[in-house]
Amino acid sequence: MNNEVFQLLGKMFSYHFMVRAAVVGLLVSLCAALLGVSLVLKRYSMIGDGLSHVGFGALAVASALGLAPMWVSIPVVMAAAVLLLRLSSHAKVKGDALIAMISAASLAVGVIVLSLSSGTTGDVNNYLFGSVLAMTGEDVWLSVGLAAVVLVLFGIFYRKMFAVTFDETFARATGEKVEGYHLLLACLTALTIVLGMRVMGAMLISSLIIFPALTAMRVCRSFRSVTICAAVVSVVCFMLGLCASYLLDTPTGASVVVANVVAFLAFSLAGRIREKG
Amino acid sequence: MALITCEKATFAYEGVPVVKELDLKIERGQYLCIVGENGSGKSTLVKGLLGLLRPVSGKVLFGDGLRQNEIGYLPQRTDAQSDFPASVWEVASSGCHGLWMTARKREKVRELLKLLGVAHLEKHSFARLSGGQQQRVLLARALCATSSLLLLDEPVAGLDPLVTREMYDVIRMLHKEQGLTVVMISHDVQAAMQEADCILHLSNGGSFYGTPFEYRHSELGLRFFGGCCCHE
Repeated sequence: MNNEVFQLLGKMFSYHFMVRAAVVGLLVSLCAALLGVSLVLKRYSMIGDGLSHVGFGALAVASALGLAPMWVSIPVVMAAAVLLLRLSSHAKVKGDALIAMISAASLAVGVIVLSLSSGTTGDVNNYLFGSVLAMTGEDVWLSVGLAAVVLVLFGIFYRKMFAVTFDETFARATGEKVEGYHLLLACLTALTIVLGMRVMGAMLISSLIIFPALTAMRVCRSFRSVTICAAVVSVVCFMLGLCASYLLDTPTGASVVVANVVAFLAFSLAGRIREKG
Repeated sequence: MALITCEKATFAYEGVPVVKELDLKIERGQYLCIVGENGSGKSTLVKGLLGLLRPVSGKVLFGDGLRQNEIGYLPQRTDAQSDFPASVWEVASSGCHGLWMTARKREKVRELLKLLGVAHLEKHSFARLSGGQQQRVLLARALCATSSLLLLDEPVAGLDPLVTREMYDVIRMLHKEQGLTVVMISHDVQAAMQEADCILHLSNGGSFYGTPFEYRHSELGLRFFGGCCCHE
């Protein structure tokens, strides 16, 4: 039985598209987890969700116009990230309501554009729920580059990210450019979402940002341990989800999310037990 | 030159001036307590001193080697960090300037945690400490950011009487033994009179600045005490 599974998995990685999906997915999972810790703690979880919907709209428009999907959606989603951040801090419409509005609007535009241009529901399905077939060689290099940028910036600004996330007012008082860090966080999140969207799907990509951080927080009590734990959980869950989707013939994005849900429940239980013990 | 000088500084909150034409000098070694009713502009003045709010007119000047980002600030307690995963060490060391922790900075954090009697909690979760312990850790963080001036915003709010007394003891120790200049915002006028050597009373109808003795006999002081006399 074990042998069979290993043989199947060996075969799985003999497909180039699978290797590409695995590389992109792992790197995106890692970045999403690192960024997710700050996003969740800053109560910005919904921004990730909003951005993925904007990304869906942008992808749909790009494919309808025959443009390179990445080069359209990256700037659009980044602009949306900056806009959401700006508006949610001081606006007449409340931040969460605004994000919901932009999400729904982008989704609607995306669906209309897709149905007018191709007319098949298969495309919509792929965009919304992801497909391992979508990755090109260019995407792999983009995600390697992104992961490098996120890891380096995260490493350099780790202490400041903590200070800004933990206590914005104090950070400001000690002369930190808090807005700058928020902007950096939003832009890196936008990049991560755009890259991860086509494997995970626009509907499901935000779970990669939210779940690992929340899962890690069930058992870890320091910022550093939460960050490390979230990264490990995220990468492991992605691999488990990807393998399960291949073995059981289930959709990849959804399988990864389910793996994350299981991890969250297991960690919650572990946290409870430790609390009592 | 004084550490901080306010020259006819006016600070506004949402467009309405609340601190008007304030003249204030904070000298090295001073223990200044800022009191006043709710809405008299205490928090606005704090923001002004920290540089988070520009004066709409007048000036805030820094001198004697103090830069604006080198004020050791203890914010008012909030519940915002009640479920934040952070260790005592992480919180205290986040007060250090610069991107990296050096061996010297680590040594400083360790010394400060020891000075404030929370060194043994270094690896503990900040969120699970008692209110008094949390304030000590946040004081350590403030001290990481400064070598001269502490700005404490309601440091004893929400603490029980015993812990409140301990907190005042710690602040007095920092002032007397470590030679820090202390600026404290407080509701607790009685304690302010005992602890501080200068009182600034902010009020919508003009302000008072002087020693506790002068304050007690001033018109504002008398009104604020409501006729009740506080013991020496």
